Amino acid sequence: MNGYSFKKKFRFREFLGEKFIAANAMVALVAIALIFLFIFKEAIPILTNPDVQKEAGISRMVFKQQFYEGREAKWSWQPNSDVPKYSLIPLFIGTIKAALIAMLFAIPLGVGAAIYSSEFAPPRLREVIKPVIELLAGIPSVVLGFFALIVLASWLQNTLGLTYRLNALNAGIALGITVVPVIFTVAEDAMTAVPRSLRDAATALGANKWQVSFTMVLPAALPGIAAGFVLGFGRAIGETMIVLMASGNAAIVSASLTDSIRTFSATIAAEMAEVVFGSPHYNVLFFIGTLLFAITFLTNLGGDFILTRLRERIQGRTR
Amino acid sequence: MNTNTTLEPLIFKPKSSGLVPRSLTLAAVLLIILILAVILINIFLGGFRTIDWTFLTHAPENGMESGGIFPAIFGTVAMVILMVIAVVPVGVLTAVYLHEYTRPDSLFTRLIRIAINNLAGVPSIVFGLFGLGFFVGFIGSGIDSTFYNSPRPVWGQPAIIWASLTLALLTLPVVIVSTEEALRVIPRELREASYALGATKLQTIIRIVIPQAMPGILTGAILGVSRGAGEVAPIMFTGAAYYLPHLPTGLNDQFMVLGYHVYVMATQSPNMEVTRPILYGTVLVLLLLTILLNVVAILIRSRIRSRRVYA
Amino acid sequence: MLEGVKNFDEKQQVGPTPVIEEGGKSMKMTARKVDFFYGSFQALHDISMDIEENRVTALIGPSGCGKSTFLRALNRMNDTIPNTRLTGEIFLDQTNIYTSVRDVSTIRTRVGMVFQKSNPFPKSIFDNVAFGLRVNGINDRDVIREAVEDTLKRAFLWEEVKDKLNVSAYMLSGGQQQRLCIARALAVRPEVLLMDEPASALDPISTSRIEDLIGELKKNYTIVIVTHNMQQAARISDYTAFFYEGRLIEFDITKTIFTKPSVKRTEDYITGRFG
Repeated sequence: MNGYSFKKKFRFREFLGEKFIAANAMVALVAIALIFLFIFKEAIPILTNPDVQKEAGISRMVFKQQFYEGREAKWSWQPNSDVPKYSLIPLFIGTIKAALIAMLFAIPLGVGAAIYSSEFAPPRLREVIKPVIELLAGIPSVVLGFFALIVLASWLQNTLGLTYRLNALNAGIALGITVVPVIFTVAEDAMTAVPRSLRDAATALGANKWQVSFTMVLPAALPGIAAGFVLGFGRAIGETMIVLMASGNAAIVSASLTDSIRTFSATIAAEMAEVVFGSPHYNVLFFIGTLLFAITFLTNLGGDFILTRLRERIQGRTR
Repeated sequence: MNTNTTLEPLIFKPKSSGLVPRSLTLAAVLLIILILAVILINIFLGGFRTIDWTFLTHAPENGMESGGIFPAIFGTVAMVILMVIAVVPVGVLTAVYLHEYTRPDSLFTRLIRIAINNLAGVPSIVFGLFGLGFFVGFIGSGIDSTFYNSPRPVWGQPAIIWASLTLALLTLPVVIVSTEEALRVIPRELREASYALGATKLQTIIRIVIPQAMPGILTGAILGVSRGAGEVAPIMFTGAAYYLPHLPTGLNDQFMVLGYHVYVMATQSPNMEVTRPILYGTVLVLLLLTILLNVVAILIRSRIRSRRVYA
Repeated sequence: MLEGVKNFDEKQQVGPTPVIEEGGKSMKMTARKVDFFYGSFQALHDISMDIEENRVTALIGPSGCGKSTFLRALNRMNDTIPNTRLTGEIFLDQTNIYTSVRDVSTIRTRVGMVFQKSNPFPKSIFDNVAFGLRVNGINDRDVIREAVEDTLKRAFLWEEVKDKLNVSAYMLSGGQQQRLCIARALAVRPEVLLMDEPASALDPISTSRIEDLIGELKKNYTIVIVTHNMQQAARISDYTAFFYEGRLIEFDITKTIFTKPSVKRTEDYITGRFG
């Protein structure tokens, strides 16, 4: 023996330790499940309780309702009037408008900057671009909402001569600013992940630098870039503070991008504080929350799926 | 020149040099930098005059029209400290489990990873709803009915503890990802050296791996703090308040916080002209705080990456 | 067969007789006093050698001796590595490829390369082979289709893939992928084919197939191959160059190198005393 008397290593302690660590790892899993459970729990009466359904059933939330005699049927969200109206359509339209404007704004900027950073930029400039993007990503959404409310809205109104100061365009652009880092990061990762050996092969065939980027790298990275779009879109759909502060919060149905809008997330944020616990309004707000959870869950799953497929495609030498 | 028997070289067309795409994508980069600069400069110019020692250390007066924002700063710091206590151990241990104990392709691992990715994507307002429904409405009320007999809720109401726990869930993915990155960098040889001396897995993790991963853990914590300090939606119904006469003294008190303060003041202030400087000052404080934290985290992370080649 | 006309947009330099005529043989490429630097490290010292047309020239030597560096200098692939420098001259026929060429990518269409580890693009088999043509401006579908079939046949791969041209290249075995890469390189009709240890990652059967292929290819192309496998060099090459520590120690007909080398160091390497 080696002359020391080492303490016996207790296998039990090892076992406990591993189980404790594993229990911690379960927290994320349990949390996701609980989140869904508790949100959905408060929304269930919409589907099960006939009293609630009279006021706020699924069909009332989706189809045009005629609330008053003699007036035409319309989609209307007015939970706090004498005849409560719970159509989700105005909110849906508002959410989509803001998200689309955000994507139209963020995609050219994000993808363009990613292409420049990955394919054109000298290494020193690349070291500058990434922190800039990270800084942009670090700005709290309430700050961006503030900026859109105070500065951007006025600038847009003066430049474009808009009627409403707070509108979909205003919120959409500010949303786009938060989405840019998401798209940039995913797209840039996808492009820099293309191995050097493939770039060399293309160069050896006579392609110049831009051709290697355009005909080889970009197509190979396309799934990754697409995943970035999906993730960015999910982000735009769920974002709250910016739309709450910058969109005007008017639940109207219109095609114009310069009208005020109201999104799902802003509705929850604005009305949750004063809603009566357990009322149909309360249930509807949680129903909207479930909707948001489901949408972002799906976009996340979709984005991840595309990304893992991309990884396999680039590195997958089957056989 | 001798030509090959059957082959002639081909006609090749001249190639595009890529000048246009280069300029366009550079324009995208410059535009992004411009936007960032405009935002930062505007907020800085609007708010730097307001910030002085009084502003940072006094409470608001006159219905927010003068005075300082100390309670909001205090509340933010207190909330973030509670959040860190909750999230860092869980996050680190999750990363440790994923990296040290499991095979990457086991079902359990994949489920956890899916959960983490989705946690990162849940909208912040949904976190707020969950905080309200679960922490306040379920856990809080549960505590009240089990241990207390008072008509007014003690724990079943918005409170700093619930807000902090809600934020802890929101920032969990950040800590996990950062820790995992740090664990990945540690060379296998280090662990093997420990095993070769007779150490158990647990001992290796506690004595060697986690200490080595400290910079990465720190980065994750700082990024989490930066994120948590700026979030508003998750704490709107779970504990944040606009005006409180006194600072929170217990875990079940409500509290003032910078982000929420900005939101309310910006959207519901009756006298915008007067409150404008204070509003800008508050925003600037919040912005400086998050930027500072981000910069520190980025610096630590680049130090880690440059030290990557071990020995 | 496909028709074409030589159409290179560079100045032709007729310098001080870079082309060596030795008893009727013509030299496809010539290196003169080539030094090469990675930063401050000198990887090649004063390399001068001729590469004869339609022959296989093998570059052998221990790891790190500079043979791959020299190979890559022949089609200026080293240009893609920052901080490198070459002095001396390298000629392709009459042209100094380092000084007389405006667009370096035209060199690479005349001097092609096959890499050690096969690197097909994440595209279909067809698109892999067609890539070089498309990237150089040839878009006619019929022309491309003919070229793809032609080069896949030249690479001894056509029969195996003719029914699945649209399948991802990654579905092929390692040996097939390497032959695909050879076909891909041949599609742009290079005059010289550089091969950097093309069979080192392959099993013996695939290797012998590649070697047979090289034997066929040299009828129409000039081949320079780097190999660490001396038996392979002895089998397939006409000329062999022995590199050591960045210097060309000996260059001669393969048979001579392997039976009666003139330099002792060559002999030591051949007989396995080091390397």
